[in-house]
Amino acid sequence: MITTTNLTKKYNANQVLNIQSLEIPKGQSFGLVGNNGAGKTTYFSLLLDLIQPTTGYIKNNDIQVNLSEDWKPFTASFIDESFLIGYLTAEEYFYFIGELRGQNKADVDALVATFEDFFHGEILGQKKYLRDLSKGNQKKAGIVAALIGNPEVIILDEPFANLDPTTQIKLKQIVKDLAQEQGVTVLISSHDLMHITDVCERIVVLEKGEVVKDIVTSQATLKELEAHFAGTEII
Amino acid sequence: MIKRFLDLEWKQFTRSASFGKSVALKIVMAFFALYFVAMFLIVGIAMYPLLKKVFPESDPFVMFNGFIFFWILGDLVVRFFFQKLPVMSVKPLLTLPIKRSKVVNFVLGKSALSFFNFLPLFAIVPFGITLILKDYNVSVVLVWMLTIVLITLINNFLNFIIEGLSAKTELSFLPIILFAGSLFALNHFKIINIAEALSHGIQAISNNPLLLIVPMLILAGLYLYNFKILREKLFLDSSLKTKAEAVNASSFEWTKKFGDIAPFMQLDLKLLWRNKRPKSAVWMVFFGLLYGLFFYPNPMYQDKEFLFAFVGIFVTGIFLINFGQFIPAWDSGYYKMLMSQNIKYKQYLKSKYTLMTLSVIILFVLSIPYVYFGWKILLAHFAAAIYNIGVNTYVILLGGSFNRKKIDLSQRAAFNFQGTGAVQWIIGLPLMLLPMGIFAIFNFAFNFEIGILVLILLGVIGIVFHQKIMKFITNRYLASKYKMIDAFDQDN
Repeated sequence: MITTTNLTKKYNANQVLNIQSLEIPKGQSFGLVGNNGAGKTTYFSLLLDLIQPTTGYIKNNDIQVNLSEDWKPFTASFIDESFLIGYLTAEEYFYFIGELRGQNKADVDALVATFEDFFHGEILGQKKYLRDLSKGNQKKAGIVAALIGNPEVIILDEPFANLDPTTQIKLKQIVKDLAQEQGVTVLISSHDLMHITDVCERIVVLEKGEVVKDIVTSQATLKELEAHFAGTEII
Repeated sequence: MIKRFLDLEWKQFTRSASFGKSVALKIVMAFFALYFVAMFLIVGIAMYPLLKKVFPESDPFVMFNGFIFFWILGDLVVRFFFQKLPVMSVKPLLTLPIKRSKVVNFVLGKSALSFFNFLPLFAIVPFGITLILKDYNVSVVLVWMLTIVLITLINNFLNFIIEGLSAKTELSFLPIILFAGSLFALNHFKIINIAEALSHGIQAISNNPLLLIVPMLILAGLYLYNFKILREKLFLDSSLKTKAEAVNASSFEWTKKFGDIAPFMQLDLKLLWRNKRPKSAVWMVFFGLLYGLFFYPNPMYQDKEFLFAFVGIFVTGIFLINFGQFIPAWDSGYYKMLMSQNIKYKQYLKSKYTLMTLSVIILFVLSIPYVYFGWKILLAHFAAAIYNIGVNTYVILLGGSFNRKKIDLSQRAAFNFQGTGAVQWIIGLPLMLLPMGIFAIFNFAFNFEIGILVLILLGVIGIVFHQKIMKFITNRYLASKYKMIDAFDQDN
């Protein structure tokens, strides 16, 4: 589904990302971990064509993202709060995204209704603009908005940060369902090793912009990752 | 500490993403400043001989003091529209061991160094020197000059209080107009002769330096009041507690007629109605509509036909200029999202174009009553409207692709009253002066009808080549997409 080839990103002489080759098949739940500055957000931004690659390219369903915009209809994302429109209510925001993705109000209502549990009664029908919601609630709205319109690829940057424990657990279930039952390719980054090993079938570790580990998740994965980040790895 | 603050400001200026644009604007503003300095110098030098010549019997010194009331009123109005309290990002400073009073004093102190406060000196000093050369008492003149400086500073701080109060209201410029207008009316209709009272007051102070205590006390009072309101704003929760306003749930269903751009038009309309800054662009429309009344009733301008074109562009294009020059910065807060969404730039820009075109048509219709002042005016307004639709909309959209300055719609920055000052007007000038120039040339070389025809023709050419021009503009936006995303991601 997503093919990365010879991708590098440099700011002046400073290389922040260098991925020779990375293939993410359709329907995989893919996790990206790494310390600050490892290049996680840079990679997602390149994937969304928000920044330009220095060399190489990313193909999303055989469409090269920095040459054509045709990947947009089946790709959805939530990177940070700047993806929200502060002066809309949550419902209006969902309808707006829905309209961009060819969904009418009834479609959007039907989808959003399935997340009532996730929202915990704090998003819908609040008569509040998004800018007046708390950070966590903003994030919930943003994540659900990324699910509107049956996208085939969903990109979530640090979805677990700022969420309360209950919501984190619910979100994990949502992400698992997406990949396993609906065949959606989900890309997630996180600093929380436990959550990401729970959710993702495959985990890639970035370090200074390069892939240093590419693991198919198993019982041993969490231990392996913890050892890696603690610097106590046995070589 | 003050040195630190200045250092921070300098870094904010030079390291901001819109640095190049700011420098260019600063240069333009410097030219304007020089122009005003020259004007004031001329006034200061020529005032004494002029007054002596026109009113040989009166004392020029006394005459001049009689004008001060009107100068104060004019100064206040001009300041309101052009002078803004220096903005400083205070949030990061709040948790540091810096006294709040220090931050406030710095901001207020910096405002005292504004160009507006130095400008009168260029008139006052030459006039004062002339007075001394003409054998007026030196100490009287010096005290008088000091009084004027104090009055300037009083105006400075009074302006911020008025701005602070009116920032809360929707029609932000109404209080100042009412305030200045009622003072002027009271004086004009001789209900209270403020001008004369003020003149006597200034004379009295000049003759008795002890009375300087009065303006000083007023100044101190205003400063303290400013200090108080700013200090109150300096708490995190004062910006956080801004209570969630009641949701205004109009859905603008009628925009569905515009097809695939409907979602964007709805978004733009909500943007206009729900945010303070764009809303003021809407209110300015009413101010702009009345602009013609400054010119048309005055017989002096009756035969100045080039002015008709200028007023026409202004009246029908005020929304276009006010709203258009911040495209796409209005959407800067969520620009990344728009760029990763399933939208085409073409639709996005077309929505803005449609909105501006609609505004021009509506404003033209609303300006039809100006026909009372002559059919030529109606014709000029019509030509100006066509020109606005066919040329200015594209120019402003194209200009937007160079836009690199984020707009914070949520208005949470503690010292942010209205956002823009003189800069906003300077950008609008070429849009109004160019068509006026074109019209004036053809009006002068041929006649009124040819001038009108040329404007209409230019507009029609623009409308005919709509698709081509929009495509060109879209490409410009695409070319600067990454730069815009990067710039809008920065806070300053």
